[in-house]
Order: sequence, then C-alpha cells, then structure tokens
Amino acid sequence: MSCEIRPTGSMRWGDRMADIGIALPDLLRLVQAHLFLSGCAVAAALLVGLPTAILAARNRRIGAPMLGLISLLQTIPGLALLALFYPLLLLAGRASGLPIPALGFLPALLALGVYALLPIVRNGVAAIRGIDPALVEAADGLGMTGPQRLLLVELPLGAPVILAGIRTAAVWTIGTATLATTIGQPSLGDLIFSGLQTEDWRRVLVGCIAAAALALLIDFVLALMESGLAVRSRGRLGAGIALLLTIVAGAVLPIPDRTGSVGTAPGRTIIVGAKNFSEQYILADLIETRLRKAGYRTERRDNLGSAIAYRALAAGDIDVYVDYSGTLWANVLSRTDTPPAKAMLETLGRELAQRDKVRLLGSLGFENAYAFAMSRKRAQVLGIGDLGDLARASPRLRLATDLEFLNRPEWRAVENHYHPSFSAARAYSPTFMYRALGDGSADVITAFSSDGRISAMDLVTLSDPRGALPHYDAVLLLAPRPAREARVVAALQPLIGRIDIGMMRGANWMVDRDNDKRTPREASAWLAAKIGPAM
Amino acid sequence: MISFSQVTKHYAGRPVVEGISLSIARGAFVALVGQSGAGKTTLLKAINRLVEIDSGAITIDGEDVTALPLAALRRRTGYVFQGIGLFPHMSVAENIWLVPRLQGVPIDGRAERVARLLELVALPPVLADRYPAQLSGGQAQRVGFARALAAEPSLMLMDEPFGALDPVTRSELGRAYRALHERMGLTSLLVTHDMAEALLLADRIIVLGEGHILADLPPRELLAYRGHANVQAMIDVVRDQTDRLDALGRSDG
Repeated sequence: MSCEIRPTGSMRWGDRMADIGIALPDLLRLVQAHLFLSGCAVAAALLVGLPTAILAARNRRIGAPMLGLISLLQTIPGLALLALFYPLLLLAGRASGLPIPALGFLPALLALGVYALLPIVRNGVAAIRGIDPALVEAADGLGMTGPQRLLLVELPLGAPVILAGIRTAAVWTIGTATLATTIGQPSLGDLIFSGLQTEDWRRVLVGCIAAAALALLIDFVLALMESGLAVRSRGRLGAGIALLLTIVAGAVLPIPDRTGSVGTAPGRTIIVGAKNFSEQYILADLIETRLRKAGYRTERRDNLGSAIAYRALAAGDIDVYVDYSGTLWANVLSRTDTPPAKAMLETLGRELAQRDKVRLLGSLGFENAYAFAMSRKRAQVLGIGDLGDLARASPRLRLATDLEFLNRPEWRAVENHYHPSFSAARAYSPTFMYRALGDGSADVITAFSSDGRISAMDLVTLSDPRGALPHYDAVLLLAPRPAREARVVAALQPLIGRIDIGMMRGANWMVDRDNDKRTPREASAWLAAKIGPAM
Repeated sequence: MISFSQVTKHYAGRPVVEGISLSIARGAFVALVGQSGAGKTTLLKAINRLVEIDSGAITIDGEDVTALPLAALRRRTGYVFQGIGLFPHMSVAENIWLVPRLQGVPIDGRAERVARLLELVALPPVLADRYPAQLSGGQAQRVGFARALAAEPSLMLMDEPFGALDPVTRSELGRAYRALHERMGLTSLLVTHDMAEALLLADRIIVLGEGHILADLPPRELLAYRGHANVQAMIDVVRDQTDRLDALGRSDG
C-alpha cells in the first residue's frame, strides 16, 4: 500500500528528534507535567504526612493503627489506586454538587499523594521517636512547650531521617506518576503507554529513560540536602536547595508550543480524549490539529479505559473523543440487539443527547468492527465473498481468532445466523493470529476492520448480508459544553464522513508496522493531507 | 521554701512514693539518697512536674506547682541530669542561652552573659562557639550547669548530675557546684545513690527506701545514725571504705 509522507510545512529543522520518535518541545512538556505532578503529590503528602507522623510519634495508641492503615493503602497497586479515584471523585462531585474534576490532575494528585504518604509518615515517626531520650528530657526540663520542642529539637534533629523519607517518596512518586496517563493526566507515561500500544520501542525507551533520569536527579539533589543536614554543612544544604528551586522553576516555566506561541492563544483549552490504541492517538491528533487551526488551545487525555472515556465526556472532564457505535450501543445504552448501522447511529444520537446532553457529531466514515478476513487470492479461488459463502466452505477451513472472540456474543451471533463448522478454530494473540494466516496455518481470521495489516497483507474482509455482526462506526462525540459551541462544531464538522476505511488502515499501518515506523502525529498529518483541501 | 504534703505516686499499681511530707528551707542543700527504685528521682521530678503525682501536694513558696503554668515553672527551676542533654545541633552559647531565648530575652546581651556563665562554671570563653560533640564529658556537664543557671533560678534540681563522669571530674565538679550554691544563694536538691557524695556536699540528707523517708538528718548526725538496717548499711559502706583506705595508707607508710 502507499503511505508516502508529504511534508507538512509546519515542521522545522530540529523540531523533531528523528531518532527518538518525539518532538523535543513535546518531550519537555511531558517532563514538565511529570515533574509538576510528582512535586505537587509529594508536597501534598508532606502536608498531610508530617503532622500525621508527629501525632503518631507522640501518641502510640493513635500511631500503630495509623501506620497500619497507611501501609494497607500502600499495598493497593498503583494502577488500581489511580483508577479508584475516578469513581470516588465522580461520586463526591455528584453528592456535593460541586464541579469536582474526576479525571486528570486531581485524581492523579490524590492517588500519588496517598502513595507517597507511607515513607514520609514512617520516617517521620522514626525520626521523632529516634531522638535521644536525654534530649527530650532536657527540652522538657528547660521548659519548652510542645511546639517549641518540636521546632527547636525534634524537627532539626530528625530532619535527615525525615528527608530520607521524602527522598524515598519522591523516587516512588516519579516512577508511579507514569501511570497517571491512564486517568488522563499527561506524564512521561504517555510515551510509555502509547509506545507499548503502537509497539514503538523508541517512545517506550525515551519515556522510561526520562522518568528514570528525573528520579535519579531528584534523588541526587535530596541526598545532597540530606547529607548537608546530617553533617550540618550549610554549603551542601544550600547547594541542594538551590538545585531544587531550579528544578521547581523548570517545572513551571512555560515552554513554547508547536505553533511557537507560549500558550496564550485566544479561546479556551479543549481537552481531547483518546483510548489506548494507535487509531485513537492518530484521530486525537487530527482533532487537535483542527482545533488549533481554529484558535483553540488543546490538551490530551490519553489511554482512557473504554468504560471511563464516555463517562469522562458526559461529566465534561474531556471535551471530545472518538468512540465506536457498537461499543456505545452495548456499554452505554446496554442494548443487545444489532440494528442496521443507520438506525443505530440515529438512536445513539437521540439517546445520548437526551440522557447526557452529549452530541454525536457523526460518523467519520469508517468502521472498526469485528470482520472475517482472508487472503484475497484464496478468497477468489474458493469463491468466497461473504459470510454465507464462508460458512458453506468452512468444513475445509481453519479459523484463527483473537483471544476473546470465541467467547463473545459476536461469535454466537455468527453461529446462529450462518451455522459455520470450521475444521479447527484456535485463539491467538493478535500478532500471532496474523502470522498464522501468513504462514498458512489458518485460512480465516477475525480482524478489526480498520487494522492496517488488512491492506498491507492484501486481505479481504467478508461482508455480512444477514447482519449478524454489530456495526462499529467511528463516531465523533462532543461533551455538553462544546456541543453548544458553534466554533468547535464548525472546526470538527469537516472530519465527518471524510475518512474511509482505506485511509484509516493506511494511517494505522504507518504507526503499527515494524519497519519505518511513524508517530501518530505523522500519521495524522498524512491523514489530514489525504482528506484534502477541507483540512 | 518547698513543701511536700502526703505526696504519693504509683507506677503500674506499685507505690514508688507513698505519703511523703517534708519541707525544705530556702538556701538548703539537700541530698536525696537511696537505692534504685527508692523513689528519689520521682520525688525530685515531681517538683518541676516531669513526673505528675497521683495525690498530695507540692508547693514552692506557698504556690502549688500544679497551679503554675508548666513552662514558667520549669524555666525558673534549674534542672541538671545525668544524661546532660546538650542539643547537638546548637553551639555551646546557643545551648546556654536556651531558657532566656524561650523567655524572649533580647539576644543583645547574649555574648556577655554566656561568657559570665562559662566563667561561673570554670570554662574558657572560647568554648562558646564550639559544638557539644567537641566537648569532654566534664566540660559538657559544666555547660549543662551553665544552661540550668542561665535564667537565674533560685532552685536547682539535680538528678545524678555527676553520674556519668569519671571520679576526678566528678569530685571536682561537685566541689565547684557546692561553691556556686553558696555564692549564689541557691536552694539545691541533689539526687544521688552515692552516700559519700551526699555526705560531702549536702547540709541535709534524706534517705528514701521503698517510697518512704527512712532517715532525714544533717551529714554529721547521719554518720552516727543507728536504726533502719538499710540506712545503716549505706553508711557502713562509706565508713568501711574509709577505714580500709586509712589502713592501706598506714600499712604503706
């Protein structure tokens, strides 16, 4: 297939570090976001943790259960903790009637803060309890009040141990903050997660190395301060503080964005959501480009779980994203029937607007549905064009599916409508499923219809004349607020119906293939050029 | 004047001090002597309320100690103990100046006052800028005394203040403090398990045993005491040691 890269004009020399798969300003922005989030989380943990530690150190009856509780929180896996805060905040928002954002910075801050709590509290308690009892007796005997003893004796003497706890917390937090991307908060995890999804190992590596480097840097600076405190060297402590302040300044300094302006463009910031696969990244980039041209600033919330994305849109935590009609039909409307594509879109448009004031702007023009695919040549030889033909030929054919298809309602629907009886049906992970087809150990596979490999391997997808398989039209959804904004709608309207299945497969292939891999942004630029003058 | 009236304190249900009543005159140098667990430290710490008593009352110049603000009570009472407790992150001057600092005394007079206090405990003024880790044990406890005296208390409470020092330093510092006591007109309470030290330093010795006062006499009369076996045993040890030392001296010469 053809997927030549046309120069997009906006890229300048040095704008992109060709060998690491990400533009430098974008990398810096992620580093900043990562640092800012981690810093705020550790600061929040410190704000809560230090008083808790003091209380726990003074009162053993409170101390033991408190440390137990915090240790228990620590055993929750980071990913789960992040995911838990979404429904919690959603609930809190509903219960209080306040506009509490359930996605992005706040839940990430809370989850990471909780995570950072343990080393801070544990070391805080150890620092205060570890102080020579003679010094505590002296402090009391001299007539220090509780707060005086804390400020003049316990905190200064416990500082190295307290700081060691902060150091542990900071390193943990910087590592765990990569997971924040799953609840829509930008971090270096964006690179890791999208890199894993698109099998772009350069991005994974850059993300990992950048996060590790940040952790090492912060660890070094805090270690410098810690040793400065331990040996009472003002020089070391001062150098550590100066470095820390420099890093803090770096975390909040504005970085020029892609268009060269420093993020002061008129118009509000529109938040574009994406689930966790290549096609979603490409389309989100395409949407961003349209909105930026219309004068909006944009932010991304990537790697949203399928269940979270729609709720986030309905709650206004994201403004726009692409979902699929069949997914919305089953998950949001809880329907099990499979009406024709047009009827499904109409019903969805009406029901989502009525229920959540969400606007379904329209179908982009392609489907990402389950489809049976086989090599073009073999299909021609066997005379197979649709699922009816396939079912008749099935006793001589071997089926390869992805890991879950044989347990899905789609498969039951196909069996009920066409009664196939394949000589073998085996489940593979997607990559091996395509290999099985390639090396002849399978004749038919269950593909996703917009998968780039369909074009690249010259496969045909078989039609479904009896309508057994549900439709998965890619549709553009707008949150209640942007749904009412004519300029946003006008900026995105030109995408409706303009992306055919071939174009989407081409763009997906650019990102998913192993050789000459492109970034989602490059693929979206290619797609934009294909769509043509309206863009 | 300090007076104790029916003071009782229990630890884990066991009485450590039981119904003790006594009064101590202004300017007295009183030693509280007894074996471990006799209640001497408890009695001492009950005065500045490092220990809270279960029942009874303690008054200083007629004022019940529980009626006074805790910080004020402690700041006007000098306290020296075996652990010394100099703060390692503060210089000698900062340590000595702590109570005046807590009282909000302006820092202007610090250097001069610290120098005077160092002189009082026979330390050179250059020590003011050193840190506790740079001091010998004897120097550190001298600083401990200087710190306790900084706010010019009239009452000094001392809990085994010489306990951690070598015998030479111990004797030296004991005598030095006795001189200070005279010169500054202090009221001094010294807890020690060393009967010889008590006999040599104090004007009045209170021997405690199992929470009760076993004997309460001036040193000379205590030496002639006949009564409670435990008290006699303590005195006998001192006398026996002296006798043997005398004998050793005579056989040598």
